[in-house]
Amino acid sequence: METKAVDLNLCGLALSDYKGNPSTLCPGCGHNAIAAQVQNAVWELGLPPENFIKISGIGCSSKSPNYFLNRSFGFNGLHGRMPTTATGACFADSSIHILGFSGDGDTASIGMGHFKHLIRRNVPMTYIIENNGVYGLTKGQFSATSDQGLVLKHQGVNMLPPLDMCMEALISGATFVARAYSGDAKQLKELIKAAISQRGIAIIDVISPCVTFNNKDDALQSYTWGRENEAPLHDFKHYQTQKDIDMEGFAPGTFREIKMDDGTYIVMKKLDKDYDPTDRNAALDLLTESYKNKYFATGLIYFSEATATIQERYDLPDEPMNRIGSDRLRPTQAMLDEINRALY
Amino acid sequence: MIETNQITYPGDGPITNEFCITICTVNGSGSATANHILYRTFFHMGIPTSGKNIFPSNIKGLPTFFVIRVSEKGYTGRQPHDDIVVAMNQVSFEKDMKYLPSGGVVFYGDHLVMPEEARTDLIYYPMPIKALMKEIEVPRKLVSFMENMLFVGIVGQVLGVPEEALESTVLSHFTGKPAVAESNFKTIKAGYEWAAANIVKKDRFTTKKLAPMTDYILTDGNNAGGIGSLFGGLQYCSWYPITPATSLVEAMIDSVDQLRIDPVTGKKTCVILQVEDELAAMGAAIGAGWGGLRSMTATSGPGISLMTENIGLAYFTETPVVIWDVQRVGPSTGLPTRTAQGDLSMLYYLGHGDTSHIILIPGTVTECFEFGWRSLDIAEHFQTPIFVLTDLDLGMNQWVTKKFEYPNAPIDRGRIIWEDELENIDGWGRYKDIEGDGIPYRTVMGNKSPKASYFTRGTGHNEFGGYSEDPDNWSRLLYRIEKKLKGAISHLPSPIITRSKEEDVEIGIIGMGSTDDAIRETQERLAEMGIHTDYMRVRSLPSSPTVREFIASHARNYVLELNRDGQLCEILSLEVSEYSQKLISLSEIGGMPMTAEWAIESIINQERKEGKRGN
Repeated sequence: METKAVDLNLCGLALSDYKGNPSTLCPGCGHNAIAAQVQNAVWELGLPPENFIKISGIGCSSKSPNYFLNRSFGFNGLHGRMPTTATGACFADSSIHILGFSGDGDTASIGMGHFKHLIRRNVPMTYIIENNGVYGLTKGQFSATSDQGLVLKHQGVNMLPPLDMCMEALISGATFVARAYSGDAKQLKELIKAAISQRGIAIIDVISPCVTFNNKDDALQSYTWGRENEAPLHDFKHYQTQKDIDMEGFAPGTFREIKMDDGTYIVMKKLDKDYDPTDRNAALDLLTESYKNKYFATGLIYFSEATATIQERYDLPDEPMNRIGSDRLRPTQAMLDEINRALY
Repeated sequence: MIETNQITYPGDGPITNEFCITICTVNGSGSATANHILYRTFFHMGIPTSGKNIFPSNIKGLPTFFVIRVSEKGYTGRQPHDDIVVAMNQVSFEKDMKYLPSGGVVFYGDHLVMPEEARTDLIYYPMPIKALMKEIEVPRKLVSFMENMLFVGIVGQVLGVPEEALESTVLSHFTGKPAVAESNFKTIKAGYEWAAANIVKKDRFTTKKLAPMTDYILTDGNNAGGIGSLFGGLQYCSWYPITPATSLVEAMIDSVDQLRIDPVTGKKTCVILQVEDELAAMGAAIGAGWGGLRSMTATSGPGISLMTENIGLAYFTETPVVIWDVQRVGPSTGLPTRTAQGDLSMLYYLGHGDTSHIILIPGTVTECFEFGWRSLDIAEHFQTPIFVLTDLDLGMNQWVTKKFEYPNAPIDRGRIIWEDELENIDGWGRYKDIEGDGIPYRTVMGNKSPKASYFTRGTGHNEFGGYSEDPDNWSRLLYRIEKKLKGAISHLPSPIITRSKEEDVEIGIIGMGSTDDAIRETQERLAEMGIHTDYMRVRSLPSSPTVREFIASHARNYVLELNRDGQLCEILSLEVSEYSQKLISLSEIGGMPMTAEWAIESIINQERKEGKRGN
């Protein structure tokens, strides 16, 4: 009897060790593709699933963490409040990477304030916005990223312009901002791997079509529009080590290599335009232009060396805070005596 | 309403160690240190003292009052009238004197213009503050602070406070800053000497040194609660500033770096983080509690309103977290700098759907310290949000209180299990009631066992955290949580009962929180009038069998509280419904601390009515 060899990653686990429950989202939902790529990315990085937690808010997007990484702890909390849960949880064990999942309703409307403050605090995590430009779980209302002029059955015509979440992330001080398309699995997976390799907060705004409520061919977040208009800024790939980088076909000056905080590498190969993702003003210009000209730029929009994370701003022990023994948490009797003396 | 003209001072000799001084200034003028020196000196003389700051919601320019009550009898609750007024503010001057009975004393800066129809039944001591200041060399920017130090010297001398007592308080207040201590005491001494040479004492109030109160300290409940939490092994606090809770977190910020150094690594073991709003404060505190940290936040009523959805989530996901509510007056923005007990009903059932919570209600400052550490144990033991309910009066005012006692129980982390323990439990599920007491075992992030993880959700879930809409499952879950909370009752601080000297008295008094001083005074003074009562101070909800027995054993139980609706009375009427006819609500709301005068009058009036009913 022959048994088929199962591929194992660096930590000896099979891809099936990274799976989740069967999805209950609509067949064809963009979020399912994201779930698959998160699973692939973490497996390929060779990190155990126990080293991750999944935190989400409310909405179709926030249900999705149930569909991958069953061996990671998950917290499906309140609408818009995912960033707050992540803020507290990040101190429990700084060796655990936080994966945050949210939608455009969750992040761009009810949770916008938390989103921006989370970035300002630089809570180390990967924040994936599953952006379909519509409220799905409440059956088809405009969101803050819906395109102006979008027509929905009960809503009529959307009179307001959309917010660009990459722009919001940039002006809030994020040091890793990417845009992806859930129909472009390969690039999405590489961006997720890069985001996990970054020390500070990484934002990935994934345009992820809602097949039920917002997938008309001309809609900004539809499959058709995405397929026909996606314009990757570069050919983006993540490598575990420098020697893995395959230089073949790379003419000098046509690629850029960046070492990540965890020692891995990203390589961006130039496509038709020159784009420098380390220039914040260029990134803002790109986003302004792409909305104006309906130009769907994907890839790493902005990257810079991470500033101090919120954990690093406190002088905390290296070991997990949630494993520190009780005997190390209570001040001494002598300290209390001194307090009593001072208050007499 | 007590009219000052109904009050007469008994006898004609000195009135020693029993009076109330109100210092009337403009807010922002820097009188806090002077007030502090004065009340702490009385305390150092061995006289029970309290200091209440009656302040406006403003930073500079409005009238503000600091009330010091000294009472050898230990009556340090609020008194509705003043005995002595120190007037430093022209704007409030005329009104300030209205609260004095005949024979009351007015110390006033002689730069103030005396009202045309000034009362003739008061004793006036003009103080040449401006003239005296000219003779003392102090930096210009400190002049207004030092003017306040002058009245400390003058008032102290007239009340018979020894000069050395003032000096030693100044020295201890400015420990490590000898130059500052010297210039302050120099000013106090100038006032003191001027008074000795120029004031002929006409009033009856005086002080006498007693045995030092060595088992006591003088501080506020927010300071106590903050330090108590740090002694409770707190690891995480996120918060958003709000009066009157801010100083609780600031007390922790001031001392966390000294108190919470890890003995092993020398690093810090507690994070305090100010966030963007109360929703974030609560959400992040839940994230930390879920992650296995001892976690809390502190706020006041409006903040609780914003935290409500999150607290429901913590309740339903069974996430331990402590929430301090230092109450102010609501509804709405209300009176942000005044005190009330109006959040009790809101907290008890806070959240949509079937929710109920454990509430701890400290009534003394030293209890704020104790409940600070204990609340974290209870939260982790029962895996639920725990409220600690205080108010502005207890939280921000100064009280003589028993020294803080070192926690007498080890830190309780509840049923957190790590890799090895998980191996020993067959068929573990996050929400499975293995012990039969409704309290499940919980794993937290970072547990490396492949069996440890689960999916926490605010939606319906089964024993393993899986999504469930099954009716039986839902009902089972809700009743298990109820069972868990009922089981907590015997672990909560029990009520404190102060019995009458008489046996089998008919009248019970029930109170909670900061009204303790006023009610103890009420009980004693009623006894002097021949009305004997037992007094029970409720310290936690849900109520215990002891509360039921107390209510059952008295014909009439007066429930005294600071809110409109008699919220504690309402809750007890539901919990002890078979005796609800024995409960009589006496509540008041005006934003001021309770007075014994109000309580005595209310009880006597009610007793008269009851008597008529009996006829």
